Amino acid sequence: METFYDRTGRIFDIQRFSIHDGPGIRTIVFLKGCYLRCRWCCNPESQEYKIEQMTMNGAVKTVGRDMTVRALLEELEKDRVYYERSSGGITLSGGEAMAQPEFAEALLRACHAAGLNTAIETTACAKREVVEQIIPHLDHVMMDIKHMDSAKHKDFTRQPNEQILANARWIAENAAHMVVRVPVIPTFNDTEAEIAAIAAFAGSLPKVKELHLLPYHRLGQDKYTGLGREYTLAHIQPPAAGHMAALKAAAERACGLHVQIGG
Amino acid sequence: MSEIKFVIQKSPRIDQLVADLFAKMPEIEPYRAELVTESYRQTENLPIIKRRSAAFRHILENIPIIIRPGELIVGSNSIAPRGCQTFPEYSFEWLPPEYDTIATREADPFYISPETIRRLDAVHPYWKGKTVSDLAASNMDPEVLDVFKNHGMFTVGNYFYNGVGHLTVNYEKVIKFGYEGIMEEARAELAKLRRGQGDYADRRNFLEAVIESCEAVIGYAHRYAELARREAESCTDPTRKAELLQIAANCDRVPAKGARSFYEACQSFWFVQQLLQMESSGHSISPGRFDFYMYPFFKADLDAGKITYEQAQELLDCIWVKLNDLNKVRDAASAEGFAGYGLFQNLIVGGQDAEGRDITNDLSYMCMEAQMHVRLPQPSLSIRVWNRTPHALLVKAASVTREGLGVPAYYNDEVIIPSMMSRGHTLEDARGYSIIGCVEPQAPGKTDGWHDAAFFNMVRPLELVFSSGVDKGQQIGPRTPDVLQMTTFQQFYDAYKTQQEFMIEMMAQADNAVDAAHRERAPLPFESCMVEDCLARGKSIQQGGAHYNFTGPQGFGIANVADSLAVMRELVFEKHLVSMAEMKQALADNFGKGMIPKKALELTVAAAKVMKDQGVDVTDEHIKAFYSNFLNAATVPADKKKRYDEILSLIDSVPKYGNDIEEVDLFAREIGQTYTKPLLKHTNPRGGIFQAGLYPVSANVPLGYDAGATPDGRLANTPVADGVGPMSGRDTCGPTATANSVARLDLGDASNGTLLNQKFHPSALAGEEGLEKFVAYLRGFFDQKGMHVQYNVVSRETLLDAQAHPENYKTLVVRVAGYSALFTTLSRSLQDDIINRTEQTSTP
Repeated sequence: METFYDRTGRIFDIQRFSIHDGPGIRTIVFLKGCYLRCRWCCNPESQEYKIEQMTMNGAVKTVGRDMTVRALLEELEKDRVYYERSSGGITLSGGEAMAQPEFAEALLRACHAAGLNTAIETTACAKREVVEQIIPHLDHVMMDIKHMDSAKHKDFTRQPNEQILANARWIAENAAHMVVRVPVIPTFNDTEAEIAAIAAFAGSLPKVKELHLLPYHRLGQDKYTGLGREYTLAHIQPPAAGHMAALKAAAERACGLHVQIGG
Repeated sequence: MSEIKFVIQKSPRIDQLVADLFAKMPEIEPYRAELVTESYRQTENLPIIKRRSAAFRHILENIPIIIRPGELIVGSNSIAPRGCQTFPEYSFEWLPPEYDTIATREADPFYISPETIRRLDAVHPYWKGKTVSDLAASNMDPEVLDVFKNHGMFTVGNYFYNGVGHLTVNYEKVIKFGYEGIMEEARAELAKLRRGQGDYADRRNFLEAVIESCEAVIGYAHRYAELARREAESCTDPTRKAELLQIAANCDRVPAKGARSFYEACQSFWFVQQLLQMESSGHSISPGRFDFYMYPFFKADLDAGKITYEQAQELLDCIWVKLNDLNKVRDAASAEGFAGYGLFQNLIVGGQDAEGRDITNDLSYMCMEAQMHVRLPQPSLSIRVWNRTPHALLVKAASVTREGLGVPAYYNDEVIIPSMMSRGHTLEDARGYSIIGCVEPQAPGKTDGWHDAAFFNMVRPLELVFSSGVDKGQQIGPRTPDVLQMTTFQQFYDAYKTQQEFMIEMMAQADNAVDAAHRERAPLPFESCMVEDCLARGKSIQQGGAHYNFTGPQGFGIANVADSLAVMRELVFEKHLVSMAEMKQALADNFGKGMIPKKALELTVAAAKVMKDQGVDVTDEHIKAFYSNFLNAATVPADKKKRYDEILSLIDSVPKYGNDIEEVDLFAREIGQTYTKPLLKHTNPRGGIFQAGLYPVSANVPLGYDAGATPDGRLANTPVADGVGPMSGRDTCGPTATANSVARLDLGDASNGTLLNQKFHPSALAGEEGLEKFVAYLRGFFDQKGMHVQYNVVSRETLLDAQAHPENYKTLVVRVAGYSALFTTLSRSLQDDIINRTEQTSTP
């Protein structure tokens, strides 16, 4: 009989000792496949569900492998002692974990059964029933809200934002804990007005207390070349520290949340 | 989140003291060498122990003394800041050939004046044939001497050329009772002796030598009191005048008598620490549990309202500066192994007392604060960690780690205490351990541990397997079977163990030869009077007077040997992807990669010499061609090079130690035991056993230079792994995976200490949250029975910039191996080794 330990999912990386993604020391599982195509995405190899070849530093690397929950759990268990010492745990990232709902649910349930704390980094671009399937198994949700203007959202991510914003409200009401994160991308959402609009929305969400502004970086640029794809944001620069401070102030004026730069 | 405790304002005096200390290059002085020689010339008919105390007295009565501007704690072994004396009774012959190069050499340069050269040359002839080193050489079997001197398997050079040091004496006893107290104890022992007992004269001589040494030290302190008074008389600044008079009063009192205040305790401590390093040239004279034995004096003053935290901190800071004033000159080769002017004065805070209670106190935090204020390599600051270590102390320690000074080093009580008990320590003594030098646990005030007794390069016996025991055309090891005839991995592995055990025994003989030479030629009455049971047994430490006796030589290269054997097993014996003949040739050809520039140059010079000797006219063109050939492996044909690249890529695919793969790590554990277990069979002349350490100090670089290519893909003449950690760059799964792998080794069996270097990017420790996560990480490693770990928190970019612009980084301190050193004083190859150690970060 198949149990949820036998369910298989597609991941492209496991990153241990992550200390900037949720509480404590965490292991991040990167699931492959995403509904969005954010132009700034620093993990372009995460977007397609299919297994791909990527050239990095002259070597061709296969991106993507299928793993059972059982095998993955064995890997996650290796750092249990560090999770316990730091109140850390595991984080699902992507890609979009909600794009593999059966696997994500099984993995999260297995983690909880093993006493491991769970978190997710999500776009929340998913059907409501999927959101309802996943969220109960999470101790922390780190959700992106990228833009309040649906047309611009769609222009830069290939998806409109209505469903995402609606899900945000449901998650805020129902999740154990939620933080809103905003990738700050020049030419997309880096004006005070745009950030203030997001902040105002985040401030209206029940129980949400924190807003994190994550400055754009271009660490993923080489990967686009490695995948034979074009990086369309080559012309923009990471926002200056002074500008980030101004955006933080604008966000604070627009909402009562604790606002910080970086996650 | 907890705040960082005991952030105390630094006195402006400290920066001035540090600036004065580093104003110029350290200098060699002739005074001690002259005085020891004068004394020895007059004591030819005395027993050696009394010659030693007479010489010690003669030195302390006559050596020039100095109080440096602004000092509160006084006592200097040299007039020049960071200067040094020489110790011709141990060895001297290496020095004259280096006069011309010693100021310009890469590692630890010293200035030496023509006048000093003249004066040293005048006394050196006396010592010909009379040194510890001469006797040690004649104590060795000729083949052992040959392997030690010419084959780079191991080196016992440290104690062959120098004093032993490597201990923590009973500072507390001196601070509490003074040397008058110790003399009284010696006199009581004298009174107990019966003239009719066989060892009467030996005991009497020893105890009288102790008394003479104590008197000498008291007299020396009184010279300082006089000097301070004289300087006070002519001092026009009333504040400094008062300070000088206080210094005079302190030196009148201590270390003759017990200290009555924290200030006196500090001055008393300092004379002990300084003069141990005048008596002999041994390094790693370690203050040990300073916070533990100094605290009662601090607490009493604090309660009586006689001292503030700021004042106490200033005194601590002054001691921290003084610890960097002491220095030692070594021969060029040893300087590479101990690069960075290291004296390895290890000072440890925290941990438990004999009853098993945590001893953390205010001074534990203030010692950390002193390190932040002074920011210099000495002392080697350490911290004991156990289940009941206060979280706040670890956060404080993490905040020091974050500064990038390479300290503190972290030690796990939960591993070290049982490890020491397995070597015969009582539970109480094991709980009281301190750390010596780099990483070596010891029961302080009771032990002559001979830690750091030798460096043993574990990859060299592996080379001997391929040659059936032949090195440089000479049969130096057992004739193990021809590798080309081997059919199973077990045969290969057995041959490794055979070569290894043979070389271990040779090393033990070499150590014991040196040990016996110290007993005969350099027993140390002053050092011995502060170590149990020397007075009661009427014997010096060197004669076996200490309560606990060990010899601890350290092996290194576990990662290379484990990875190499795994490669042999998988590629050669199991999958037959590479034939034995191919592998053997690949190693001989250095995988077709040519020599590193330093080696290529050395070989070029040698080749040119051969041609010259044969009467050939050697041109620049010849030289260039040779050099280029060595550098590019020109003699290896292109098709072979191609195959070697394939082999290297196959090697790359074999799983490596350090990535949290249980099977691989357990094999590395077994490899570690091929060194630690056989060593336990051997005994030393002081009645103790050998115990293994697993750490290289910085010898993984020079001894790696002496080793050929290895099957793990390590190229010839390059460094081997630097401790119990994985080979540089082969751990790719992050710091938790590395830590988990290391924790799978049998660390406790290496009771002479283990060493794990990890490097973190500063961003990993940013903010309070960074500190908390770092502490959690450390706790996680220690929960799994990690024994020791130390961190370099300096970005790669900073180190590269420091190499390019050393003038901007004169005080950049980095962790080397069991100690910190000024980065710019290290040799280029050691700098590169530090840069190449894997930097642990996480995704931004």
